[in-house]
Amino acid sequence: MTIDISQFYQVFFDEAEELLAEMERLLLGVDVAAPDSEDLNAIFRTAHSVKGGASTFGITDMSEVTHVLESLLDRIRKGEMALTSQHVDAFLAAKDTLKMQLGGHRSGAHVDQDAVANVRMMLHDLSEGLVPAATIVAPSFLHAEPKAQTGEGAHRYKIELPVVEQRDVNALVDELGLMGRVSVTPLEGGRSALIVTTHESLDDIVAICSFVLDPGDLKIFEAPALTLEQRAIEARERARIEEEQGYGFFDPADDTPAASAELSDDERGYGFFQPIEEIRALAGIDAPAPKSTAAAEVVEALEKKASKKEDKGAESSSIRVSVEKVDQLINLIGELVITQAMIEQRSSGLDPMLHERLLSSVSQLTRNTRELQEAVMSIRMMPMDFVFSRFPRMVRDLAGKLGKKVDFITHGAATELDKGLIERIVDPLTHLVRNSIDHGIEMPQARAAAGKSEAGRLFLSAGHQGGNIVIEVADDGAGLNRERILAKAAQNGLAVSESMSDAEVWQLIFAPGFSTADVVTDVSGRGVGMDVVKRNITSMGGSVDIRSARGFGTTISISLPLTLAILDGMTIRCGEEIYILPLGYVVESLQPRREDVREIAGRGQVLKVRGEYLPLIALHGVFGIASRAVEPSDGIVVILESEGKRAALLIDDLVGQQHVVVKNLESNYRKVPGISGATILGDGGVSLILDVAALVRASSPLRQLAGEALAS
Amino acid sequence: MSITQTTSQGIEGAGSEYLAFTLGSEEYGIDILKVQEIRGYEAVTRIANAPEFIKGVINLRGIIIPVVDMRIKFNLGTPTYDQFTVVIILNIAGRVMGMVVDSVSDVTTLTPDQVKPAPDMGSAFSTDYLIGLGTVDDRMLILVDIDRLMSSAEMGLIDNKLAA
Repeated sequence: MTIDISQFYQVFFDEAEELLAEMERLLLGVDVAAPDSEDLNAIFRTAHSVKGGASTFGITDMSEVTHVLESLLDRIRKGEMALTSQHVDAFLAAKDTLKMQLGGHRSGAHVDQDAVANVRMMLHDLSEGLVPAATIVAPSFLHAEPKAQTGEGAHRYKIELPVVEQRDVNALVDELGLMGRVSVTPLEGGRSALIVTTHESLDDIVAICSFVLDPGDLKIFEAPALTLEQRAIEARERARIEEEQGYGFFDPADDTPAASAELSDDERGYGFFQPIEEIRALAGIDAPAPKSTAAAEVVEALEKKASKKEDKGAESSSIRVSVEKVDQLINLIGELVITQAMIEQRSSGLDPMLHERLLSSVSQLTRNTRELQEAVMSIRMMPMDFVFSRFPRMVRDLAGKLGKKVDFITHGAATELDKGLIERIVDPLTHLVRNSIDHGIEMPQARAAAGKSEAGRLFLSAGHQGGNIVIEVADDGAGLNRERILAKAAQNGLAVSESMSDAEVWQLIFAPGFSTADVVTDVSGRGVGMDVVKRNITSMGGSVDIRSARGFGTTISISLPLTLAILDGMTIRCGEEIYILPLGYVVESLQPRREDVREIAGRGQVLKVRGEYLPLIALHGVFGIASRAVEPSDGIVVILESEGKRAALLIDDLVGQQHVVVKNLESNYRKVPGISGATILGDGGVSLILDVAALVRASSPLRQLAGEALAS
Repeated sequence: MSITQTTSQGIEGAGSEYLAFTLGSEEYGIDILKVQEIRGYEAVTRIANAPEFIKGVINLRGIIIPVVDMRIKFNLGTPTYDQFTVVIILNIAGRVMGMVVDSVSDVTTLTPDQVKPAPDMGSAFSTDYLIGLGTVDDRMLILVDIDRLMSSAEMGLIDNKLAA
């Protein structure tokens, strides 16, 4: 019996692709000046695994390239040769070549044989030492020299003191010395900084300091390194000064320089200090003791991965399953949830005394179903790392091409998101990252002239916020130019006015054909894109928000629902009909008073809520329902917020709140205005989910009228 | 009429099987292969601002399908809904939809020579949507090209253009 080897090809292709991606990630993270031997080994292992697989399947061209790559890597990891940035470039080129060859074998894509030959020649020359090693160019990442290990789990805080007497400083050092190790570093202006390594909490430190000083005068940073390069110290100093000036780059409104606030910023990953640790961890530098948990996870994951590769005999901990199977499972669970809800509803009328055992079984079923549903939904969840991991290379290449220096920092890569959303977020994010590098971050000279570090920072972060996941692309570049956007918008015939708020001005860049780039480059500036970004994200049920401060940078934050399949909904009644309101849009609900409702020149009604006039959307009017509450004061209004705008929706009653399984209306019918989907209720009936964003948008003209008519 | 008989006839005579149903006093036939199932009428969820003949949507074992009432669409008979009202579930171009009719009678096999071209008048349906007239013994079936009818812009069940 012959074995059908073709089935294993696919496995090899998948695996090789992963290995190459892993290799690229490691290469980008490696510190050229002081390469970590564990990193070099890991790179070597990926190359070796690819080579092994390629040889097994008789794919000689790939195994030849990996062989040359491997021999060069071997010499470097044995210390026979020093790693240079030239090597890293060559390795990356080799990785690209391998990927191209892989594509050739997999789908018959074109393979540039000249490029293959070039890469092999380059690697060969390098391993022979023919090419003189160029001067070592430091990578764009900040990196630290290896340093002494301190106690595992200890925190390192840098406390900057205001000008105080030396006696007080000594007293403080003695006090803090009881908690851990303390060292004193003088700062400019006769001030000093204490570096404290301790297991105690920050609160305790602040408490001790407050004996001597006003805690408000303290600047406390977690985990800056002792021996960071001068650059890093400068960056930190500048950042500190910037913060001192009351300017928070990510949140211009936040001007409280209190130490605790800064720390919490750091914890959220928005600060300037924490990420350094992560870069260092990513770069594989022997991380100092106060490892952030994220860094620890990365290292752990690496070690795990490495040990897994070595131990070939161990069983694989994951299996490949087709997405269709998972989706089918999810659909079935959806059915089960509905059936369970029906049973629950029907059994609720039974006498609890007579049917005690049945009812307890039902409640157990409810619990199990919910757990089952959560477990199944989590199969579809994938970490954001899947998306983030493709950016370091892109940033590196793009920055090189544009002659800019960019430090790329990611945060929250472990945040999980539905697979369907992950795939659809890639393109918009790619666009935003490119935009940030091209338009946001200035040329090194311009940055230096503006008093910033030559290397711009680009942050990519993901995190949970309520029922949503928030993904942010932030740069510390030039920021958006309000005047230019307004001028351009007027030129494009958009309705603009000087009185528009910043947030409204920023939204203009999402208009089709909008670009304020001075020069159209091959990177961006053609004006296609931002509108597509916005549309893509809106179609995923998300929203885009821009914050920008001139000269300080731009943050674009994307808010997405965790999953498209399940929604937290509020059940409402209007007439005889039941609708679902996505809870994410609901701000509050209230019973309007007659005197708060105002008529606007025959165009509709507005409702005064705490001094603000909101357009009143009567659901029975929009949907033609014979409603009980024709007069607003007879019903309930739900205040909705979408895209930063509010509106009041008039309904008859609130019924309840429940998780609903979202069903597509378009798969068998068509798009219905005002409706975003449907769901199945406990009684087996269908209920429609209101498209709140569209309803609120449709009420906008009324809002403007109300603003004009009632402004006085 | 046994199933084996109709099947063998279907193959030999290259004839097609039609599901016969009534709307008002007229008898219609549609290709049986388009029919997924037949079920009783149950409460629908109304869709706001939809034409009157689109009764709404129902839950068919977890999928949401639209239900249209042919009697309203074509002004045939009086739309009453009781335990005898029948919904024919159709599967057209990968989409599932329900069609309310007065009653369903049987499945009839028609050979090509039993099908005559439809005259220009005499039916509530435009001839564009008719295959022809089928005659079986004393009965006459108006054969409807249900595929074309249901995917037509007139029914508005399918977005022909992607929404701008």
